[in-house]
Amino acid sequence: MASTIIFYLLAGFAIACAISLVIHRNPLYSAISLVGVFLSLSCIYFTLAAPFIAAVQVLIYAGAIMVLVVFVILLLNLDDDKPLTRLRYLYAVAGGLGLALLAQTLFIFYAVMRTPQEEINTEQTVGNTLSIGRAMYTEYLLPVEIVGVMLLMAIVGAVVLVRKLNQPQLELVVEEELELRHEKEEKDDYRIAF
Amino acid sequence: METSLAHYLALSGILFTIGAVGVVYKRNAIGIFMCIELMLNGVNLTFIAFSRYYADATGQLFVFMVMSVAAAEAAVGLGIIIALFRNRLSVDVDDASILKN
Repeated sequence: MASTIIFYLLAGFAIACAISLVIHRNPLYSAISLVGVFLSLSCIYFTLAAPFIAAVQVLIYAGAIMVLVVFVILLLNLDDDKPLTRLRYLYAVAGGLGLALLAQTLFIFYAVMRTPQEEINTEQTVGNTLSIGRAMYTEYLLPVEIVGVMLLMAIVGAVVLVRKLNQPQLELVVEEELELRHEKEEKDDYRIAF
Repeated sequence: METSLAHYLALSGILFTIGAVGVVYKRNAIGIFMCIELMLNGVNLTFIAFSRYYADATGQLFVFMVMSVAAAEAAVGLGIIIALFRNRLSVDVDDASILKN
């Protein structure tokens, strides 16, 4: 019974944080909500007897990835998200997609509820670090090595992407952009005056 | 009522739905990025729940792989966002429509 209450509390917290992630316009608030989702999911992993994954969730997601995201948000000094002016049909697309996915979720919920449940063995230890480490370096050795190569590629790719442009080239780009914006504003002013 | 596999699947489905709606709804490239992370987490919960109820460690290994891919995606995706900001002075995805015409 206690485990049920804990599950509903954590699930409610995760869903509330996820909704606040979507509706907040300030990216920093969204990032903090996302940390809330990660932490409550990590607790749910603990209740599902997966302590290794729960720890890795906090370390990699709530730690490394979110720190990176917050760094980028602070670095770019972003304003709040502008309200949607054009592309209003995207609201309809988002609503339709959400309804379709929710209907699927409900269908899966009922379908799985109706199938007879086997009793799970609470003594089993598939989730502990020892068995995961053993599986990782025997049965799943090739995927783990591929992940290593992929991470190396990601490092190289990130460095190539954010490398410095030549200074004159950069200034040119910025000037062009500012000019373009200025022109657009002038046009808008004219429109208002007109 | 005990929690069963269906409850965990429902939670992960709801998280995935919220993430998918957010990807369409958000204007901000960083917001879209965070919604994608939310969707990945919803899928991870499914893997862990199945791993628990079928007593198989493969699901947890898969979650480990997904997390590695998410970390790589974070590095490259945020690099792209910074490059986008340098060129367009904004991370609004509507401003990055240069490939359209």
